[in-house]
Amino acid sequence: MPLETIIAGVMIASLVLYALLGGADYGGGVWDLFAFGKRAQQQRKLIAEAIGPVWEANHVWIILLIVVLFTAFPPAFAAVATALHIPITLLLIGIVLRGTAFTFRTYDVQRDDVQRRWSLVFSIASIITPLLLGLILGAVASGTIRVDNGAVTTGFFRSWLAPFPFAVGFFALALFAFLAAVYLTLETRDRALQDDFRLRALIAGVIVGLLALTVFVLAGTGAPTVRAGISRSWWALALHVCTAVFATGAFYALWTRQYRLARVCAAAQVTLILLGWAFAQYPHIVEPDITIFSAAAPRITLQLLLAALIAGALLLFPSYYYLFRIFKRVPASYDTRD
Amino acid sequence: MDDLLAARSQMAMSLAFHIIFAAIGIAMPLLMIVAEWKWLRSKDEIYLTLAKRWAKGTAILFAVGAVSGTVLSFELGLLWPGFMGYAGSIIGMPFSLEGFAFFTEAIFLGIYLYGWERVPPRSHLFAGVMVALSGAASGIFVVIANAWMNTPAGFRLVDGKLLDIDPIAAMMNPAAFPQTLHMTLAAYAATGFAVAGIHAFMLLRDPQNRFHKAALAIALAVGGVTAILQPLSGDLLAKSVAKTQPVKLAAFEGQFKTETGAPFRIGGIPDESAGVTRYAIEVPYALSMLAYGDPNATVKGLNDFPADVRPPVEIVHVSFQIMVACGVAMMLIALWAAWRYLRTRRVRTWFDSKWFLRLLVAAAPLGFIAIETGWVVTEVGRQPWIIQGVMRTSEAVTPMPGLVVPFVTFTLLYILLAIVTVWLLLRQVAASP
Repeated sequence: MPLETIIAGVMIASLVLYALLGGADYGGGVWDLFAFGKRAQQQRKLIAEAIGPVWEANHVWIILLIVVLFTAFPPAFAAVATALHIPITLLLIGIVLRGTAFTFRTYDVQRDDVQRRWSLVFSIASIITPLLLGLILGAVASGTIRVDNGAVTTGFFRSWLAPFPFAVGFFALALFAFLAAVYLTLETRDRALQDDFRLRALIAGVIVGLLALTVFVLAGTGAPTVRAGISRSWWALALHVCTAVFATGAFYALWTRQYRLARVCAAAQVTLILLGWAFAQYPHIVEPDITIFSAAAPRITLQLLLAALIAGALLLFPSYYYLFRIFKRVPASYDTRD
Repeated sequence: MDDLLAARSQMAMSLAFHIIFAAIGIAMPLLMIVAEWKWLRSKDEIYLTLAKRWAKGTAILFAVGAVSGTVLSFELGLLWPGFMGYAGSIIGMPFSLEGFAFFTEAIFLGIYLYGWERVPPRSHLFAGVMVALSGAASGIFVVIANAWMNTPAGFRLVDGKLLDIDPIAAMMNPAAFPQTLHMTLAAYAATGFAVAGIHAFMLLRDPQNRFHKAALAIALAVGGVTAILQPLSGDLLAKSVAKTQPVKLAAFEGQFKTETGAPFRIGGIPDESAGVTRYAIEVPYALSMLAYGDPNATVKGLNDFPADVRPPVEIVHVSFQIMVACGVAMMLIALWAAWRYLRTRRVRTWFDSKWFLRLLVAAAPLGFIAIETGWVVTEVGRQPWIIQGVMRTSEAVTPMPGLVVPFVTFTLLYILLAIVTVWLLLRQVAASP
């Protein structure tokens, strides 16, 4: 396998992990905003406890993604950062406000009005950020960022001010909210709270399905090449079948309150969606003018980067496992199957 | 404001903001683990309280540092796509390593902050040690990337292109060691003095408070030792600059004429149009001595460099002077503290004198002033280049128009964050035992 493909694979893996872990932290913020009923305070507390120890570590996946992008495929980074300057800037503001508001809320006065103010900033930022992240990915996939001789020729608005990127934005938001709701069912023993998030997961799951359809339809004109990839390739059918199986599995597991199974299915579903996009776009990193081969850094850089990624992973994964073992170990009794 | 100036201002503001949190992120974990280690050894609860209190402050500061650091990693492309497209493949390496160091830091900080009741004491201390080590490593990797911009290495420049690149040689560039040493020590010295100053202030109001005494002792020990070492690393760095970036050295010193046996100037205001530095106290031969280890060495003056490769002299010279003054003041205070301690072998002498405590309060911001002005010296002193001698800053900037908008937006956002952060920290301090 070419080195370029391996490194691109690492980037996709980072993106998948960012979605599964960091994405769920954003989803937590969404449910903070939609906390209602007599258990609203308990819901917020549960979300905060679930996110608190891990969000900063989960956030690093996007930094890794960016760093690998600009090390291995510098011209692609330059083109994306130029064409999508505006949404990326807004994304950054969202990232800043989400992280700081969450931390400030934890350490500010525990008085209701103060807490509510920070909650509002935290949850709105948690909605805007995934929206923009999806929008950016949608724009990259759309084929409307044109690059000639290293310079972006399509301006600063055209590639993202379109229905398709926005649809992808809402799709990402729904996916993150879905993941968060599924995960949150495993964060508590309280049956009522579990049911709150079960209901939210089911609703979010339906919205995910509707938005997936919307994105697919809009891709017809909004991202024709990627659409062709996910509808006509040899692997496309297998992919859709697998995604559908896991999506159905997630519903079934939620319905029957088998929350661990639901978590596995939801995570697999999101992973397959991202992999499908990656396969459809391969080998383009920015449709249609930049491929991972045309943008690749010299071989020596790729080799050293891969070595660093392997060494880093050897350090990272045991540490990550340790973190999750401490804070996320779920006793078997959490499944409340009838 | 033209777009290049707006882009530079946004980058400068983002860096100036982030560096405070980055420096604290490097040094605070060391203070926390010293306190926790003392608790494990002595079982004196006051040290546990201290470690927990410091951890709370660090949690707030780390979060702001993490997100403002994310902004910077994107801003490299948002503002300087020409630079990243051109040099990403050669300086991406230290950034990638930094990615993993930051990962480790974030993971173990999560364990440290939220794991007091969940992991055994030794594992908890281990988590703290990992945060301290990976925090220092993060800083070192990022500064290595900056050092490359000052003394680019590991490639051949052919027709404006970087060929035969060697990312390892790029990381081993001449400025890498002196710059990383200088910045790492700066982080400990600045944070140590700032924390010591806060606890000195509390001790002035409540002289018998054991909590603040314990805190001050640890902070001043860390800040003091590094403040005494810092001028040595500064000397090393200045010698490296003299060799690799002579025009920058001339700007540090406001040295316009090429001179044999050049003097070291204290103070003074450079007048670029007249080509002289006025009102400076000149120490004869000292610059030649400091920069080249020879009182009769020749220091090349700004006038002998083409006008289009000279950095703005006034701001570089004045910033350099402020940085050196702060560093010297901190070193003198540290020496005084060391003398007081060595005379009696008791840290008590640090709390007994009201004047000494007042001095520590006054010295609290000095380290951070030195860090800020030091980075002005490094970055403005390299202008007009983004990569010394290879690429101009004006060639690297994004074609995006209207850059004043994001500059103003981020400035307002950061001012807001600064106010909230200070307010929350004041609450923490006021609520301390």
